[in-house]
Amino acid sequence: MTPVWQVWVYLETTPLLGLVSTLIGWQLALRFSRIAGDAPAANPVLIAIVILVALLMLTNTPYAAYFEGARYVHFLMGPATVALAVPMYAALPRIRRSARAIVPALLAGSVTAAATAMLVAHWLGASRSVVLSLAPKSVTTPIAMGVAEQIGGTPSLAAAAVLLTGNIAILLGPAVWRMVKVTDWRARGFSAGMNGHGLATARMLMVNEEAGAFAGLAIGLNGITTALLVPPLARLLLG
Amino acid sequence: MLGALTQLICFQFFGEVLSRALALPVPGPVLGLVLLVSWFAARGGPRPAMQDLSGGLLRNLGLLFVPAGVGIVTQLDALSANWLPITVAIFVSTAAGLAVTALVMQRLDR
Repeated sequence: MTPVWQVWVYLETTPLLGLVSTLIGWQLALRFSRIAGDAPAANPVLIAIVILVALLMLTNTPYAAYFEGARYVHFLMGPATVALAVPMYAALPRIRRSARAIVPALLAGSVTAAATAMLVAHWLGASRSVVLSLAPKSVTTPIAMGVAEQIGGTPSLAAAAVLLTGNIAILLGPAVWRMVKVTDWRARGFSAGMNGHGLATARMLMVNEEAGAFAGLAIGLNGITTALLVPPLARLLLG
Repeated sequence: MLGALTQLICFQFFGEVLSRALALPVPGPVLGLVLLVSWFAARGGPRPAMQDLSGGLLRNLGLLFVPAGVGIVTQLDALSANWLPITVAIFVSTAAGLAVTALVMQRLDR
């Protein structure tokens, strides 16, 4: 029989380990989340990340080695973004009726989120590169990383900020909407997608189908708006 | 299923090519999404296989964020040196963004 360590040596050279640990970590996270009664704080994405980060640290595995396998899951983010076309097509008549509200909400929300993020971080003494990495935090990871790089931030820090933002949006959303008395599902969904990208959209798809469609629409629109508006906004605010 | 997956990947591919060829600031998958909505509009909607695949992918959307999210391990130093400004900035800006977007949308959408 082959010694156990030799099996480990083999596994370390294949992408299987990163792939299997991602899938099993996700299943475990779903189970924990269900035990916690699907509370917004017990978000499976966050739980899975905590499990896998702990695993990488315990086994001393570099992130690059893990990503060798995990990238097969990561790749599906592209087709999944395109797949939002299905709920969006279904919501097209409602979106057309809301067009008058969508454009102002898009511009106001996009500028508010990016400007407050940069100003608060700047006032609290974050370095320029950290401030710039936070500017595109509301949009989906690939766009945020591209924008951060373009304006002088750090792409991987931007990716971390995006992740935190998505989770915080899921956590704060219901309380904020109650506070400002927004009950309309289209407004809630659009607000979720604008400020919490795909993570909050995944959540809205579970709660209300119409909210999910508006959230998906918001991801695309805010991605485009942020890519266009954040570079001049950063110059304006930070000089 | 495979036909629908092929269609999704092809539209992502078209989006990527278009974004690069025209040097647009819009990422490929987002353009692919716009192109696919137009395709559905021209063809009278998605086929059942596409509806199933899209539903399956979107129900598990959270999983797809995990690999990039685990990348947070490479940023632990920057995060621990700046944890206060980062946390406060994200909390404040996300709450402000959620409130402003939802309010403007609800006020104007009648």
